[in-house]
Amino acid sequence: MPNMSPKKNPMPSQEPDVRNKNFKEVALGYTEGQALDEAARCLNCKNRPCTQGCPVAIRIPDFIKETAAGNFEKAYEIISLSSSLPAVCGRVCPQESQCEKYCVRGIKGEPVGIGRLERFVADRHNSLPSENVQAPEKNGHKVAVIGSGPSGLTCAGDLAKKGYDVTVFEALHTPGGVLVYGSPEFRLPKDSVSKEVDGLKALDVKIETNVVIGKTLTVDELISQGFEAVFIGSGAGLPNFMNIPGEGLNGVYSANEFLTRINLMKAYRENSETPVMKAEKVAVVGGGNVAMDAARSAKRLGAKEVYIIYRRSEEELPARAEEVEHAKEEGIVFRLLTNPTAVLSDDGKTVSGIRCVEMTLGEPDASGRRRPIEKQGSEFEISLDCVIMAIGTSPNPLIKSTTSGLETTPKGGIVIDENGETSRENVYAGGDAVTGAATVILAMGAGKKAAESIDKKLQGQH
Amino acid sequence: MNKIILKRSLNPTVTLFTFEAPLIAKKAEPGQFVILRPNSESERIPLTISDFDREAGTVTVIVQIVGATTAALNDIPEGGYICDVAGPLGRPTETEGLKKVAVVGGGVGCAIAYPVAKKLTKLGASVDFIVGFRNRELVFLEDEFRAASDNLVIMTDDGSYGEKGLVTDALKKLIESGAEYDEVIAIGPLIMMKFVCKLTEQYGIKTVVSMNPIMIDGTGMCGGCRLTVGGKMKFACVDGPDFNGHEVDFDEAMRRNTMYKEFEREKACRLLNTK
Repeated sequence: MPNMSPKKNPMPSQEPDVRNKNFKEVALGYTEGQALDEAARCLNCKNRPCTQGCPVAIRIPDFIKETAAGNFEKAYEIISLSSSLPAVCGRVCPQESQCEKYCVRGIKGEPVGIGRLERFVADRHNSLPSENVQAPEKNGHKVAVIGSGPSGLTCAGDLAKKGYDVTVFEALHTPGGVLVYGSPEFRLPKDSVSKEVDGLKALDVKIETNVVIGKTLTVDELISQGFEAVFIGSGAGLPNFMNIPGEGLNGVYSANEFLTRINLMKAYRENSETPVMKAEKVAVVGGGNVAMDAARSAKRLGAKEVYIIYRRSEEELPARAEEVEHAKEEGIVFRLLTNPTAVLSDDGKTVSGIRCVEMTLGEPDASGRRRPIEKQGSEFEISLDCVIMAIGTSPNPLIKSTTSGLETTPKGGIVIDENGETSRENVYAGGDAVTGAATVILAMGAGKKAAESIDKKLQGQH
Repeated sequence: MNKIILKRSLNPTVTLFTFEAPLIAKKAEPGQFVILRPNSESERIPLTISDFDREAGTVTVIVQIVGATTAALNDIPEGGYICDVAGPLGRPTETEGLKKVAVVGGGVGCAIAYPVAKKLTKLGASVDFIVGFRNRELVFLEDEFRAASDNLVIMTDDGSYGEKGLVTDALKKLIESGAEYDEVIAIGPLIMMKFVCKLTEQYGIKTVVSMNPIMIDGTGMCGGCRLTVGGKMKFACVDGPDFNGHEVDFDEAMRRNTMYKEFEREKACRLLNTK
């Protein structure tokens, strides 16, 4: 008999007033008992609507069935067939708009906690002593993957499992891409990322750090070195600014810089060699997940007042509802329908505040969201010492500008066809490098699709 | 991991490091830089490439030991390894079509200006190389500088070597004596570059400067190295590090470089206390 409780097992978490002072993970994960109880809520429906909501098509009812039976390793194997990064996805996927959105249990109550179960299964597996994974027999084909973020790691993992000789090139000193420089420790512990990367290394995936493709090597050189296919998963690198006065002042960060200092360079630690500003009053401009990460990080660094400034209303906030909830619980103040017009300085050197206008919402714009309009005469100022711009990123031009014949959109995204192939034969792309800033799981889906296409193409040539 | 094959102290605070980096050596051009992390706990810092040997697969940087990260680099002995080096980053200095150039270096900036002077000389341009140091004790690589130029002018603040005065004095003298430069390339402290630009602006001589803001990734990802150039926001790592000096907002750049002064000072104290 399934567990007919209308509510999900709640996620054990650190108390808001405790966690907003440390960088340890907020959500602690299900215990075995909670996982068994939650898994028993799955009805194991025949038509599996949840699976359709998963960009990498994990066989969700199958892994939950094994979980409910206590066969946790079997459950892990099922997830692994579709996902190279289950511990990551269980934490950062927006399940509420994917798998769980389609769960039948969600019609009359809360959907099954699919993400929480995925995380439980992955963490349990990762806590076991690593067994000797047998790398699959090589098929003699070499593939290069550019970038070790979610799309690159997924593409690399899928190809390695099929026997490809895969080398991943990473520009930074640590693999993981946005998972290590962007996502804070309290939302995605770096241990979970490095364990997933170790899993790929066990499949014989080679990871070359400190190689900047477009500078150290070019795509054309990779091809002439014998890589038969190349996957570009270089992410959306360049941070956007608002182009308002005062953005050059000391105390103004891009969210990328602020988070990179904290996450990749560990500036949150007491003895870190990399500095980050420990401000009293901080405003984060933007309403996405990155904005929530930056705001919650600022709070943890000791800020007394942290604001989210967003030009539309709560309904349009692009961040996951859970992230917004967490931020509010931790004391982040939301200034919605508010848009900055200038960063202010008393001494001409450092930030002393921000000038904003109030907004109202008009007719829907091209994005389908209601367009914010300035309210005349509504200017006001907030006193601050730090401003963090979290208003999105644009694709990094390094590869585009050094790869002849690589077509891009006017916004700089790489153009791909339905198979993930670019305008250059045997060169594939996916993730934020194509779409602009999006989610981890969409990038993984793109990496997966490209791996399939590369496999078909190279096997066809054989 | 990159092995240091040569380490040489050039003056009391400046050290030359030549390390193995075959891929970087193959691509490097004057004006480009590397991002380096001495050990696994260090900060990432940008260092301009002073020299490279494509055949030997080595890259040379000349570093002023000023803070915790450069001190950590200096702690690595010859034969030891640098944890991470990535590059070559940034755009190379443009040299095409230049016939008569004044290359102006200040302090450790002379080491960065050196490969540009060398390349221009090799390309057949006539190069006046003006180098400035505080005093005689700090002068380095004089022979190399002489070989990389038609005319080397050494300036010291106290007149203990070469001529007494600032690099701008030497540059002004050369311009006034009739040198018709296609371009002036200035590399050194921000304040020096600012005053070189003020001078050349009066004579209408195009001037290129190499900017050295605080940087993390060096690939455009963080935006920490942003500058205002010609009223627009530019990232030194991908749009530069060379810019038209007459368009650079030097005052803003100087201000931004002091962002972590307090932190650096505390860190220096901590270092001294633990040693």
